[in-house]
Amino acid sequence: MKFFQSRLGTWTGFAAAALVLFGLAPLLLSGFRLGLLAQFLCYAIVAVGIGLAWGRGGMLTLGQGVFFGMGAYLMAMHLKMADAEFRNGPGAVPDFMELAGIRELPAYWAPFSSPVFTIAMILLLPTAFAVLLGLAVFKRRVKGAYFAILSQALAGAFAILLIGQQSLGGFNGLSRFRYFFGYNLDDPVNQQMLYFIAAGILLVVLAVALQLRRSRYGELLVAVRDAEERVRFLGYDAANVKVVAYAVAALFASVAGAVFVPIVGIISPASIGIVPSIMFLLGVAIGGRATLLGPVIGALAVAWAQTALSEQFPSAWTYAQGLLFVLVIALLPGGIASVAAVTKRFQRKPVEAAA
Amino acid sequence: MDLLVGQLFTGLSTGSILLLAALGLSLTFGQMGVVNMAHGEFIMAGCYTAYVVQQAVGDAGVSLLIALPAGFLVGGAMGLVLEALLLRRLYHRPLDTLLVTFGVGLILQQAARDVFGAPAVNVSVPEFLRGGVDLLGVTVPKTRLFIMALAVVSVAAVALVLRFTPAGRRIRAVVGNRDLAETAGISSRTVDAATFFIGSGLAGVAGVALTLIGSTSPTTGQSYLVDAFLVVVAGGLGRIKGAVVAAVALGAMQAVFETYSTASLAKVGVFIVIVVFLQLRPQGLFTLRTRSLA
Repeated sequence: MKFFQSRLGTWTGFAAAALVLFGLAPLLLSGFRLGLLAQFLCYAIVAVGIGLAWGRGGMLTLGQGVFFGMGAYLMAMHLKMADAEFRNGPGAVPDFMELAGIRELPAYWAPFSSPVFTIAMILLLPTAFAVLLGLAVFKRRVKGAYFAILSQALAGAFAILLIGQQSLGGFNGLSRFRYFFGYNLDDPVNQQMLYFIAAGILLVVLAVALQLRRSRYGELLVAVRDAEERVRFLGYDAANVKVVAYAVAALFASVAGAVFVPIVGIISPASIGIVPSIMFLLGVAIGGRATLLGPVIGALAVAWAQTALSEQFPSAWTYAQGLLFVLVIALLPGGIASVAAVTKRFQRKPVEAAA
Repeated sequence: MDLLVGQLFTGLSTGSILLLAALGLSLTFGQMGVVNMAHGEFIMAGCYTAYVVQQAVGDAGVSLLIALPAGFLVGGAMGLVLEALLLRRLYHRPLDTLLVTFGVGLILQQAARDVFGAPAVNVSVPEFLRGGVDLLGVTVPKTRLFIMALAVVSVAAVALVLRFTPAGRRIRAVVGNRDLAETAGISSRTVDAATFFIGSGLAGVAGVALTLIGSTSPTTGQSYLVDAFLVVVAGGLGRIKGAVVAAVALGAMQAVFETYSTASLAKVGVFIVIVVFLQLRPQGLFTLRTRSLA
């Protein structure tokens, strides 16, 4: 354990992860399975953000689907615009709008024909939104369950809003993308490229999260989680500390959504509403919410299990999901990472922890 | 004028449904800080209770009269089991109860899907609640009036129990200051179980009432849950008064927003209003005065 906390250990860990993601996985997995793994990596990127906000910061964000969805829809809008321009020239209306009877391109769609603008929006819009909402909520010391419920209501409102927007595909969402910044999405080589992009982003996101954890800021974040009042009495503004973690988590989710769209080929309100938003938390809880790698491993495991089991045993898989939530949160709040500690506690004479 | 009265009525009706769903939540959330995401599934259980009772009894009127207390018992029993098996161990981790009960909710939903099937089922409305009544020039469905009356009766019953019975006094004592209440000889465990029974029972009653205005599917409860939580948050923890005002206000807002825009924009509007409102009163409409820092 000590080794992995040292500087050398960190580099070894990252090198090993890079070797697995960039070397072994593409060698061993078929194109189809690599695509699935790329999709799971997107969930893992969201999970790293949740680990930061929830595990380290104590903010139970039940609305990460909002930020995931923002990134995904922004990217999807650009891809649809690019497809339309490729077929019918500049100013053309995307195909789903023609089907819905929308002849004029809505004004807010036009700038998304620019890739630079799209990427800037993917990075800025969800972050800015999270900062604004975070300031509004945390400055007034709305926290704990109140914050969780608000974030959940936000996810619900966002999904309902999207369903009502015919110019964003409504209930069906946006799908059928042909090109990704000029690369044909049907080409297996380009699909592999998308996998590498997702894997690269995951490593970057992990590095950012690691740096945040090790910095003074990371210490402060944990302090706010465990004793917000005390931090405030020491002269820090706890709200600012929380806003930063919340915004970083939002940014991670948005980027994950943006990569998710070309990989999976569809984004719809059904995959970003209240229930999917909470489902993001399952992997994080299982892997260990306060650890760095736990959320990643948990998210990958849950996504893999979902794919493997949900089609054959849809009913049993839902029971399993429910049971996992109950058992992991109730018995193993530290996730699998804490199994060793928990068994050790059972073996020794129980000692009252100093509260 | 007609439009205004009509909207006012719609708001009151939505509000009373919200109130029925939120009343039990307000009790359990307020007293124990437990965020019970399975509350929506307790509502759903009430809906299916009404369905099962009607299948057994046949006559819609008699079955409604049986289903109301039966729904209370079914919801209450589920709440008791949940409290005794899981939540009792988690009182020191209130945020975690949210995810645990979400898991319980998932299981209950799937159980309902396996037992009753995924398609929605319908409960027929008794003869004496069919049709409408003319009120101030607006035709008002009798079922909606019945739900309003039920909401009023439920609130009154809870308020009376809390204010005038020994059990209610104990509940209020534990809400006010758990440690002090224990010192005074109140068994907070028993009180917690009792509160959870009543709160979950009210969800069952809400479920029975909902069958009068809509069909029942395994996800019925979920659709009311978030709104019900918003009512509790806006009203202030554990305050019946707050829940009543917030439910009616939210219902009215929803109705007014819907008049001027779409139902989807109305939801977003309500959300924005609540965030802004929490800027002004972070603890909700009515707050218990405590000296704790939390």
